[in-house]
Amino acid sequence: MSISESNRVIIESFRDHLKFLRKKSLELRIELLKATNKAQFGHTGSSLSAVDILVTLYYGKFHDRPVMQFDPQKPGWDGQDYFVLSKGHACPALYAILADLGFFPKEEMQHLFQMNSLLQGHPVKKIPGIVLNAGSLGHGLSGALGLAMALKADRNSNRVFCLVGDGELQEGQVWEAAMAAAHYKLDNLVLIVDDNGLQIEGPTRAVMSVDPIVDKFESFGWKTVPVWGGHNFEELLSGLERAIEVQRRPAVVVAHTIKGKGVSFAENKSFYHGVPFSDEEMAVAVPALEEELALLDL
Amino acid sequence: MTLGLFNKPVYDEIASTAKSFGDAMVKLGAKYKNVVVLDANAGRFLNLGGFARAFPDRYFNFGNAESNMIGAAAGFTIRGKIPFVCSFSMFITGRAWEQIRNAIAYPLLNVKFVGAFSGILCGEDGATYQALEDVALMRAIPNMKVACPSDSVETKQALEAMMNDYGPTYFRLNNTPVNNLHDDNHKFEFGRGHVYKPGTDVCIFSYGDTFHSSLGVAEMLERDGVSTMVVNLSSIAPLDENLVVECAKQASHVVTVEDHQITGGIGTAVAEVLSRDYPTKLTRLGMNGFGESGKPEDLYKKYRLDAVGIYEQIKALF
Repeated sequence: MSISESNRVIIESFRDHLKFLRKKSLELRIELLKATNKAQFGHTGSSLSAVDILVTLYYGKFHDRPVMQFDPQKPGWDGQDYFVLSKGHACPALYAILADLGFFPKEEMQHLFQMNSLLQGHPVKKIPGIVLNAGSLGHGLSGALGLAMALKADRNSNRVFCLVGDGELQEGQVWEAAMAAAHYKLDNLVLIVDDNGLQIEGPTRAVMSVDPIVDKFESFGWKTVPVWGGHNFEELLSGLERAIEVQRRPAVVVAHTIKGKGVSFAENKSFYHGVPFSDEEMAVAVPALEEELALLDL
Repeated sequence: MTLGLFNKPVYDEIASTAKSFGDAMVKLGAKYKNVVVLDANAGRFLNLGGFARAFPDRYFNFGNAESNMIGAAAGFTIRGKIPFVCSFSMFITGRAWEQIRNAIAYPLLNVKFVGAFSGILCGEDGATYQALEDVALMRAIPNMKVACPSDSVETKQALEAMMNDYGPTYFRLNNTPVNNLHDDNHKFEFGRGHVYKPGTDVCIFSYGDTFHSSLGVAEMLERDGVSTMVVNLSSIAPLDENLVVECAKQASHVVTVEDHQITGGIGTAVAEVLSRDYPTKLTRLGMNGFGESGKPEDLYKKYRLDAVGIYEQIKALF
């Protein structure tokens, strides 16, 4: 095989991979919308904002190397990477992914948030695939920090990924953790900010401005990787790759996202931060997503 | 012979429970390789220098950031570490209460919280630093165990008990030197109280430094012909409920004494048990409001937590 030929194969397989990720993200959107609609509870807008980042982490590959090492069949495996969903209210997106990957039966999604069910309103450790309780805003990065410190102490080279929301950055604890991560030079820690600019009460810059996010982390001693297309898998993958390569300091990927992404009437509306879709809204949203999915296969 | 907190009958060793804790941690660290110490710029008050020097790769300072430290403790447990999270009682239990509840106790993680400068004994730092609600705050959290040792023997034994136990514990320590009341045959167990001195007229339940005061009180009362029982409830949660009821049945006056608000502490815990199993009149002694700056012994005198103060309050019952 000539060099140009092998390059062509690599590029084509990468194109296929991107298409696979787009497909996953559409399927999972439908899954999470159905589950939250059935439960009549759930943070729809936040989940739709975060789902592409989560898909990149759980399904993404750089040149055949997965972004995250994990095996649903081996909980507690020593060679695994870890993920902490600090913006725990986006858990419908994460649960849909964990169910799809076989961490627990897909059937559980039918009982989302119901009494006596596995899947709680915010992630808890008893759910297979979840390592830390999260959802109390600002906790996740501290937990990820402790985990990254413990990995370093164990001379273990695996990584910790953590996803926070931009509104969550208003919590002081995040900055305590940011300071400590730089102090301990945790290059095994990658933070991703789901920067959709909206929180439940309205635009982040109106409620309590957190900008400039990149400059803030920079001044805390972090490597910063801005990603303008927070729903573009190519950009997300390359951003994460750059973040992972950083040495002797933690890295943050600040991903510009759209709250409610993928459902036209819900995009960029803080109203949809924490509400499920009604049946009428589902009748508009789901066929549109299914249509998009069908177009991908053409 | 004068009696009370600072003039107790002399036993062998004089060290604060905080100092004993630091000494014991060095041995504990050598024995258990998964013990790590997380410190929020308060290590010197818990005598952690020895541990930090012996195990520099297992000692982590988080600076003045208790909330983050406790969140990080949750992360450490994922790798099988047992974090001892150390700082002032006030800032562990008060400032970071929500982190303890949500990040540690709810998922039932094996994290040990160690607080120094508890109670009004904290002294000159004043009410800001005097944790007088810590027991109440920790006792209310499901899954949480609360222990307050009275001397260095109990401190060491409680540490072993914590290591043999799984789950979050709050360990309440003080920084004033105390005599050893126990010898090495004494055994600390969670859920077990200990009748230090039997008696029939007055039953005093206490823990920590006020337990020392209570022993002085007992001696003064005995001189007046009042037979006094003194019970050490160093395991505050879980409480030895059977022992509390048994002791209350034997005495005509039941008294709790603690360096803590009378609301929510051991007075409340004992009241909860007795109101259910053996309703009787209960006198709760302790703090009822904020403290102030001062020498620990002066504060104990003013707020009537020294032997004389407690003695007078109990005598008034007759």
